[in-house]
Amino acid sequence: MSEERTPQVPTEQVPNEEGRPTRAVADSDPALTPRGTPPAPPVRPRAGDEIHAFPETAVGEGDVRVPEGAQVVAGTSLWKDAWKRLLKNRLAVFGMIVVAIIAFASVLGPGIIKRATGFEYDTIPADSNLVRSFPPLTAPDGSFSWTHPMGTDSAGRDILARVLQGGRISLAVGLISTLVSLIIGITWGATAGYLGGKVDDLLMRIVDVLYAIPYMMIVIVLLAFFGGQSPLYQIFLLFAALGAVSWLTMARIVRGQVISLKNQEFVLAARATGVSTPKIIFRHLVPNALGPVIVYATLTIPSVMLSEAFLSFLGLGVQAPYSSWGSLSSEGIQNIAIFPWQLIFPGVTMALTLFSLNFLGDGLRDALDPQMRKF
Amino acid sequence: MSSQNGNLLSVRDLRTYFETEDGTVRAVDGISFDLKRGETLGIVGESGSGKSVTNLSVIRLIQSPPGRIVSGEVLFHGEDILSLPAEEVRRIRGKRISMIFQDPMTSLNPFMRISRQLMEITQLHLGHTKEQAYEHAVKMLETVGIPEARARADSYPHEFSGGMRQRVMIAMALSCEPELLIADEPTTALDVTIQAQILELIRKLKEKTGTSVILITHDLGVVAGMTDDIIVMYAGKIFEQAPTRELFAAPGNPYTKALLKSVPDPAHEEGTDLYQIPGLPPDVAHLPPGCPFAPRCFRVEEICRREFPPFVQLNAEHFSLCHFAAEVYAESSAEREAKGGVGR
Amino acid sequence: MFRFIVRRLIVTVPMVLIVITLTWGLIRLAPGNFYSTDKKLPPAIEKNIRAKYGLDQPWYVQYGRMMGNIVRLDFGNSLKYETETVNDILKRTLPVSATLGVLAYLIALVVGILFGTLAALKPNSKLDYVSMALAMLGISLPNFVLGPILVLLFSLSLYWLPPARWNGFPSWNLVLPVLTLSAIYMAYIARLTRAGMLEVLRSDYIRTARAKGLSERQVVMRHALRGGLLPVISFTGPALAILITGTVVVEKIFAMPGLGNYFLNANLNRDEPLIIGIVAFISITVLIFNLLVDIAYAYVDPRIRY
Repeated sequence: MSEERTPQVPTEQVPNEEGRPTRAVADSDPALTPRGTPPAPPVRPRAGDEIHAFPETAVGEGDVRVPEGAQVVAGTSLWKDAWKRLLKNRLAVFGMIVVAIIAFASVLGPGIIKRATGFEYDTIPADSNLVRSFPPLTAPDGSFSWTHPMGTDSAGRDILARVLQGGRISLAVGLISTLVSLIIGITWGATAGYLGGKVDDLLMRIVDVLYAIPYMMIVIVLLAFFGGQSPLYQIFLLFAALGAVSWLTMARIVRGQVISLKNQEFVLAARATGVSTPKIIFRHLVPNALGPVIVYATLTIPSVMLSEAFLSFLGLGVQAPYSSWGSLSSEGIQNIAIFPWQLIFPGVTMALTLFSLNFLGDGLRDALDPQMRKF
Repeated sequence: MSSQNGNLLSVRDLRTYFETEDGTVRAVDGISFDLKRGETLGIVGESGSGKSVTNLSVIRLIQSPPGRIVSGEVLFHGEDILSLPAEEVRRIRGKRISMIFQDPMTSLNPFMRISRQLMEITQLHLGHTKEQAYEHAVKMLETVGIPEARARADSYPHEFSGGMRQRVMIAMALSCEPELLIADEPTTALDVTIQAQILELIRKLKEKTGTSVILITHDLGVVAGMTDDIIVMYAGKIFEQAPTRELFAAPGNPYTKALLKSVPDPAHEEGTDLYQIPGLPPDVAHLPPGCPFAPRCFRVEEICRREFPPFVQLNAEHFSLCHFAAEVYAESSAEREAKGGVGR
Repeated sequence: MFRFIVRRLIVTVPMVLIVITLTWGLIRLAPGNFYSTDKKLPPAIEKNIRAKYGLDQPWYVQYGRMMGNIVRLDFGNSLKYETETVNDILKRTLPVSATLGVLAYLIALVVGILFGTLAALKPNSKLDYVSMALAMLGISLPNFVLGPILVLLFSLSLYWLPPARWNGFPSWNLVLPVLTLSAIYMAYIARLTRAGMLEVLRSDYIRTARAKGLSERQVVMRHALRGGLLPVISFTGPALAILITGTVVVEKIFAMPGLGNYFLNANLNRDEPLIIGIVAFISITVLIFNLLVDIAYAYVDPRIRY
């Protein structure tokens, strides 16, 4: 089971330098900056595209490359460059804006709606004639009305307020579970990568083993058997369960980064001056491995949110009185034939959010590491 | 530049640009040269000088986007390859003009048996049957000196060493007895001892078949013994063009002189440090207004930074892109006299 | 290779046991059991039943007995469907889930590889943008939203297709659930293919192939596809895991009597033998499947040696 999912390809170490006669002259490797940040990757020709720019193109050899020495001072501007590249990516910017709007709306929206219309997410109208599902933008008498822009559900509750309230939970689950996975993954991967040897073997073998487990089944068992005690407890269970199963890839990424970084001079320097091992790991290695970690974390958020929605849909996730986009969709499906808006609004809001987060993650990856080409 | 008659290949004012984030990179910017049948031309330059792009342009292998052949003519037997339909170009590629690439490690398809990769080319161009193609493949492998060629023909590339793979590449390139072989840094990725063997092999095969060769390299030492003419490229331009002997004996361009000085020469006095050209190859996307080599040049003057240098004809076959071409040429000639005789 | 397979199979056994133990442990640590949720029984009868199933024994005896049974592939009777053994239920439900899963994956392979390749051949073209946007949508749109929307559209509005229920293998009833299930794979496979092909298409050996004078079609079919599809092959392993969660949802939405649906209900009913049985079965399937994927990988890529 020690095999990685992608088996190792034995590649010969070849001086693949295409022998630049001037290398010796250029007196420096792409040197590390005082902060120890590796220099920015060379700027490669890009086809000026938006989606999934794969910037490196088969131009003979490195013929169109900016010479390496030009990056000597570029280290500190790594993040600035990445940011610039990100802003050039229209879909990523679109994703960023949409996510920001939805996040703001979720946080502030319910309060505003309450002021404007008096509806909270769980307000059931006192008048029993209003305890019905009205279509969007429709008043009880069938005329146009702004009161319920997304209509009401079968209990007469305002769907917009419920979608925004659900957004709070969904986004919180996404963020907190990702945070949990980050903490576990980084600790695990950094420890394995830095200590190496037997510890590394053991830790990564455990990861390999866990990879092969259909973990969603176990999450279902966990939530089904331990859940149902109180709605709040259920949500915490979700954070923990989803975080606990999402850290595997993170651990691998961090380990890879750490191994490639740990032999560089600035680590040796830190060690030579007597800095302790944990301090080296967290002060020096973790910050340097950050790029891919940020990218992967951004992509973990939508995937965790999707899992949450999936579990809520099955009735194992968020429970009343709380709601999430998943549980709202689940309710909506019951009435899809008659009141399609009950599914469409929470479902589409969630899909739009995930869509945007995925584009943002893709954009970040292209911006931070033009060379990293995973899917 | 000589007339077109008798030329196998004439490149005229070739320009290949790349659109990058950083702006337009003029990787090849107005290159012209001729190659006669049976002759060998060396193209020398640092990486980024555009020498590989030049030759990829010749057989239209530039990826587009981002690359684009902006203008120029590539006359092969008087026919302009750049204006031929793609179909016709494919019939030339591999059959009449073939290429050997720099890195034999990655240039062979790792998923395909060597025999198949060789057979493919003769089946395509010579209409060989499977059996014929296989026999031909084994024969080619023997020709390039693969021991036990028949037994090893069905290996995968990763089972071969770097030198062996480059031999396979050569076998592949020569399968259809092309009229022109373009060898793009064929020895750069190889060990020094292997380098010599591969060069020797190319030379031998060239003599046997009468193929014309364009040898691209960054290493003047490599071209010295092999070529009839040499082109020195820098920043997408031809800096100097001359017959090999002449170029080594009396370089007319400061860049060439600097390159020559940086070649380790066993004949040189021991104890002297190897010369290094100061600075870095230029950022081709942002060239200075004057001479692109000016920032690194040892005899730079004010005009060099301001004005683009002229392409000066020094004698019948010797050209140099420099404001001071004549002076440099004269100095070189004088030095040669002083040393007493023709170098190499 | 043979030794690799044997070694992998040997490792597989303890892994399945670990998964089962974990599941069993969770079930046992949880408060309540089948009888506390389903029906209230008089204490005397409950005691008898507990004795019958050995629930009055210490945990290690129960664990040992369960493991003993599992090694003999005997998972016992379901608690909920008392007359049926777990094996009966597996036999009954597996064909449903397998039909859905295999069809969904095959469709996803064909469509995903086709569009991924086309997108890679013309990066930044309209086709590329559209198929990659659709792929991103496929990854972002949860199947429990997609499924009902398809039903709403094709059954309840257009009346083209039946909305739900299992009706045997070649049946129109399969169209919507299979489409719903395959959407996410199509998306993943298209993205993987595009990325893989793009990388391969600009590799040196493709340049060599072009320099040989091969036509673009020959370059792609003969030289590029194999390397470009390697990521798709490695994805096949994780795909099975997504498939399992996918079938749970799809079978629920479309009221299909499949493994996923039964697994969900078993959890809600706290039907321990059924849960353990399905978890064991699926773990074994996933692990064997992963092994097959690795073998396939080695077959496609001659550089891999185990």
